[in-house]
Amino acid sequence: MAVCIAVIAKENYPLYIRSVPTQNELKFHYTVHTSLDVVEEKISAVGKSLGDQRELYLGLLYPTEDYKMFRKLHNSFTDVMCNPFHNPGDPIQSKAFDGIVSGMMVQTG
Amino acid sequence: MSLSRAASLSPQGTLLSEVIPPSSWQKKQQNPPLPTGNRSRCPEQDVSICLLVALLQRILHAPAPGMDQESGAASAGSFISLNEHEQRYYSGLHSLCQADTSGQLSSGKVAELFKASQLPPEALHKVTEVCGAKRLGYFGTPQFYVALKLLAAAQSGLPIHLESVTANLPLPRFLGLKNEPEMRYSAVPPSIDSQGAQGGTAPGSLSWTPADRSAFRHLEANAEKKELWSPPRSPCGSPSRSPLTYRSYPYTKQRNGADSQIAYESKHSSQLEQHSSPSNYRTKATVEHPAMARASSSERLDQQGVVDYSDDDPWRITEEQLEYYTNQFKSLQPDLGALILGAIAKNFFTKSKLPIPELSHIWELSDVDRDGALTFSEFCTAFHLIVARKNGYPLPESLPPTLQPGFMQQEEDIPDTPESAEPLIVFEDTELRPNRLDRTIIERLQPSLATTKQDLKEESCKQDVGVKRVTTSQEKQTLQRAFPERPEPPHDLDPQMRTKTRPRSYSSTSFEDAMKKAEEPPTPPPRPQKTHSRASSLDLNKLFQQGAPGVKGGWLPPPPALPPRPTTSQVPHFISVSEKTPQNKVQQPNFADFSHFREEEESSVKPEEQGLRSRFGRSTEDLTNASKQDMIGVSHSQAPQKPVRRKYHPESQNLEAVPPPAMPFAPPAKPAQKLLSGQKRGIQMAIRKNKETNAVLTRLNSELQQQLKVVHQERVTLESQLELLRPVAST
Repeated sequence: MAVCIAVIAKENYPLYIRSVPTQNELKFHYTVHTSLDVVEEKISAVGKSLGDQRELYLGLLYPTEDYKMFRKLHNSFTDVMCNPFHNPGDPIQSKAFDGIVSGMMVQTG
Repeated sequence: MSLSRAASLSPQGTLLSEVIPPSSWQKKQQNPPLPTGNRSRCPEQDVSICLLVALLQRILHAPAPGMDQESGAASAGSFISLNEHEQRYYSGLHSLCQADTSGQLSSGKVAELFKASQLPPEALHKVTEVCGAKRLGYFGTPQFYVALKLLAAAQSGLPIHLESVTANLPLPRFLGLKNEPEMRYSAVPPSIDSQGAQGGTAPGSLSWTPADRSAFRHLEANAEKKELWSPPRSPCGSPSRSPLTYRSYPYTKQRNGADSQIAYESKHSSQLEQHSSPSNYRTKATVEHPAMARASSSERLDQQGVVDYSDDDPWRITEEQLEYYTNQFKSLQPDLGALILGAIAKNFFTKSKLPIPELSHIWELSDVDRDGALTFSEFCTAFHLIVARKNGYPLPESLPPTLQPGFMQQEEDIPDTPESAEPLIVFEDTELRPNRLDRTIIERLQPSLATTKQDLKEESCKQDVGVKRVTTSQEKQTLQRAFPERPEPPHDLDPQMRTKTRPRSYSSTSFEDAMKKAEEPPTPPPRPQKTHSRASSLDLNKLFQQGAPGVKGGWLPPPPALPPRPTTSQVPHFISVSEKTPQNKVQQPNFADFSHFREEEESSVKPEEQGLRSRFGRSTEDLTNASKQDMIGVSHSQAPQKPVRRKYHPESQNLEAVPPPAMPFAPPAKPAQKLLSGQKRGIQMAIRKNKETNAVLTRLNSELQQQLKVVHQERVTLESQLELLRPVAST
């Protein structure tokens, strides 16, 4: 159950961001952005991981049961990328992706 | 039966305070609220009113919504005086119309209710206005109660004013709602009082209706309950349309009333479908409006199990479409079992000029294995979605079952859904999209519907037979009449598809045509095969132009030139043959014999030119213009070349020409016949010409041989003379 899901592009802008519409939404956005620092740190530490998402994932803060969630997200992300009509760098507008993300979000109220 | 029951009901009844166990359905029926004398309604209406009341009581029995209704009634009662019956009735109707917990009533359901009151549209407008809902934009509880009062007033002939509300009025009568509340309540109690309600409904229906009805009703209730109720629960009114549609459908079947009643109800329910978008209360203005649409839509419901319809029609790929998609697939990827890469598919589908997000969505729907490439079935799915979208159908959120990959091979017969959108397409295109959602929900109900339909049919036979049968048949007829609207869009596709698979010389304004034209530049080679609009010229085209883009019927001149050919002397033929040899050499290297002739006879060609010109009257139009020998030769050879070419290239060219045209010829029967006869004629002509040419050439041959002998003899004499002269010189 995620409270906020965001997909950040290489250029550090969000391709997709969605959070449970509670308060502190802006705070979530900031957290997401600051987490980029963590990611970057990990990238520089590993060196040339060449986009191996899984390795980076394991470096995340809560690697346990969120694994399934991340995998699902990543699968749906790759599905979006596979779409030849999708330009990389565009905000993600796929309904299927939205659906999956909604399924992963916290489902309270 | 029902009539007797209605008569036995007394208008009295103080059951408000009574807790009525669900099982005692009979008892509930003793609370008929309405005097029926002054109404010229059908007895069944009274029964249905009784049902409604019974349902009201059940609602009151159910604590939570009942309390709300009572409090609402109380609050409304403080403003207007409602007697007990009215309170009960109104509470029931209130719960009937309550779509969400916000206190606002679903405008769609309210609209339905209002329509059921059988008041003219202006009156309904007035009611809405007077009760204050129009101002508010929604029906709150007090507004609703006032509206009900006003409806009752209008029905009893009083003017629609607030003053009328205070009058002592009978309860408003609503057509077509009797079963629905019952149905709904049978669904509502499950969330609250599941067992009792179901038990109550079933015996209730059994008691007051003939057993047939109850069986159907129970079935329907059970079928619809779980699935349909959750959609209506949602604030979004569009899914509610489908359950309402369903309910009105069985209801129309059940009623013994006049056709008009049924038609009205169907109109009513269909209108409700149209306007169940709860946020848009202003749509109520159009509620009255497409009555016929509603009639046709609900009547269409009758045919749900019978006719392939709604979701399936636009989403089912027909034979011609499949063939067309196959051809398109082949143009992109010759191997039908292979994949089309994403980039290729992207370029291809971009030609359809759909917006990129839609194409992206279509891709998501069709690439089920998520590999970034399209298999043949995926390609067909995507193409079909594009075609449908181009023709105006909104994209579905999920892949319709007929388009799923496994479907193509199976030809499943998926039962159809009553398409409420069909008439709505005519009247309100904006409603299309929600209707699509309906359909996906409705699809699940198909099996139950099919069975209920069967039950209904049985019922209709058993009950008031004459009226029923007439009504059902009428409904079916109108349904079938209304139906052509729906099959027409896909049929529009089909002829277009047909024209695409057939020769592309047909003009059509469809997107497929646009796409086809867009494709034409990149893929010219396949085209000539399809340009067989000219029957007799096909072979000739193939023969003469050797793969150049198809010329349609441009070969009239050569055939007329043929008859003169046999009349020409052998010399021109001989010359023409010699002229032909360069071309022959190019096309068929195995006639090197003539190359020898050519060298020898070239000298005689020029003097013969004039002769040729004189001989080839018709075919030498070009000759007169030509100054060069080659041109003349070519133009000469155009006419004679034909038989020669045909003669010399029978296997290679004709065979090539005939099978490819034969393939596109196959689909259209009529043109195929013409083409076959044309081909026959062409072949026969070719045979004749070849024979003539044969004869001519043999004569030519013999003459040349003679000339050779003559020349040879001359040579000999010359040599002998030389020898004679030489000794003289030497000495």
